[in-house]
Amino acid sequence: MTETLPETHASAREMRAKYESGQATVRDTALAHLERIQKVDKHTHAFLTVLDENQIVAQADAADEMIRAGQASAMTGIPFLIKDNISTDGVRTTAASKILDGYVPPFDATVVSRLKKAGAIILGKGNLDEFAMGSSNENSAFGAVINPWGKNRVPGGSSGGAAAAVAAGEAAIALGSDTGGSIRQPASLCGVVGFKPTYGTVSRYGLIAFGSSLDQIGPIARTVADCADTANAISGRDSFDSTSLELDLDFTEYLDRDIDGMRIGIPREYLVEGIEPGVRSAFDASIAVLESLGAVVEETSLPLTDHALAVYYIIAPSEASANLSRFDGVKYGMSVDGEPNARESIEATRGNGFGPEVKRRILIGTYALSAGYYDAYYKKAQQVRTLIRREFQDAFQKFDALVMPTSPTVAFEIGEKTQDPFQMYLSDVCTIPVNIAGLPGISVPCGLSEGLPVGLQIVAPQLGDRTALQIAHAYEQSANWKLTPPEL
Amino acid sequence: MNSPLLTEDDVRHIARLAALRIDDAEVETMRSQLSDILAHFQTLAQLDTQGVPPTGHTTDAHSVMRDDEEMAALDREQTLANAPFIDGEFVRVRPVIE
Repeated sequence: MTETLPETHASAREMRAKYESGQATVRDTALAHLERIQKVDKHTHAFLTVLDENQIVAQADAADEMIRAGQASAMTGIPFLIKDNISTDGVRTTAASKILDGYVPPFDATVVSRLKKAGAIILGKGNLDEFAMGSSNENSAFGAVINPWGKNRVPGGSSGGAAAAVAAGEAAIALGSDTGGSIRQPASLCGVVGFKPTYGTVSRYGLIAFGSSLDQIGPIARTVADCADTANAISGRDSFDSTSLELDLDFTEYLDRDIDGMRIGIPREYLVEGIEPGVRSAFDASIAVLESLGAVVEETSLPLTDHALAVYYIIAPSEASANLSRFDGVKYGMSVDGEPNARESIEATRGNGFGPEVKRRILIGTYALSAGYYDAYYKKAQQVRTLIRREFQDAFQKFDALVMPTSPTVAFEIGEKTQDPFQMYLSDVCTIPVNIAGLPGISVPCGLSEGLPVGLQIVAPQLGDRTALQIAHAYEQSANWKLTPPEL
Repeated sequence: MNSPLLTEDDVRHIARLAALRIDDAEVETMRSQLSDILAHFQTLAQLDTQGVPPTGHTTDAHSVMRDDEEMAALDREQTLANAPFIDGEFVRVRPVIE
């Protein structure tokens, strides 16, 4: 295939069109991605595990066969990265933690088995902050991810490998997980699209649990349409996840509808403290685009926004401290030997296997749940969570969607925030409220500030995923950024 | 709320509850960082939450049961291969009772 070289920066829909018209094969496209990984991953460090060429070719040939047989769907032949906290049968899954080094799951996460069934190509596993705890990917036990937009810049986190790989042309789509912004914030910092669906629409079975009431799997891709197609493939009721909803949403349904007359609110609390001027001006310009498309945009107020960070950093670590109690060095992963008894052996393994941020969160969570503090911290946070949900519900009486920047800053420098955990937590100030209320949110590129990408976040009511995608798609088509990082 | 400032003994106590071994240098770092983080949480005390029900998760689903169907369990050999120490078909652990 000389006249039609496989394109590693195309959207998944463009790849699919070439497969269907016979202009490209899945095999060539998959191998082009493998070659791209071999060329650029030493700069990005987006992958923790890359599958062998023969494993990739076997998947690609099966996908080409599906296409020939007329059994293809939107995901057939699309090269994926899977964040390494999502279980893959027979493929090492580490959550970027030393404590899981060498762990090989004996099963696939539901999202992975659904992608495989649809003929998607799994290239490998993506780097992340350890157990998805972080906003810069610097908490990976296996080395930080580098943002392809700047050698000294973080990609965001925790799905930093996922976002960097899509931006750098190493994968067409990546599956990430989002507990407090871990899909949307890195997508924003890397200039790609990141979609967190409504809590409960995508099964969490096989996702290594962090904050179970907040965690949600979703796609990072080059276009809004690719995100919608991926959501269609991975969503739906799963009897292995009791919180998965009995629903059959077509996430692409509203993509081609215009947004004329749509009511969009800008909560002013998201535009004050710490927002960079370049982010503010890119955001203001994106509002002008939405207005030019007929949307009625109005400022509004969500006063509880300021409390969301505290609610999150009580609830997420509390849930994490319980979820991470399973890592004891007995059933899987690393284990410190030579201790006199089981208790000492478990304490030594956990002390050695977890990194500093994971330890911090386990300790915060354990404290918040301990006798004497439960009411003041955990219960109080859950009550304020109710108030935050109600505040969003009230806002959605007036508005079809809310918009705000995805991140108050562009990609910051490596090492800039590692000394002060609370400064790092502030990176997620715009994304966290969405998880607290279980809402759908999407980040779509809205320009550059000093050469680094800015993201526009669109938030819709619970199960209003199609509306969020509709507005994001309308904006994307009109603004037509098509951001590509400088060649590595 | 009680004073959020933690002592080093508090940190050691929490670490023990969490089955997490931390060394003396870590104890001091954690004491200072956790105290700082907990101080930021105090803002919640300003909010009146009298009679507000807590939100555990956002789907409002209750007591979801799966059909009681027979299905294949995980492969024993593949599963045991992950355990750091095994003895035949068993996972080996250090003594629990001394």
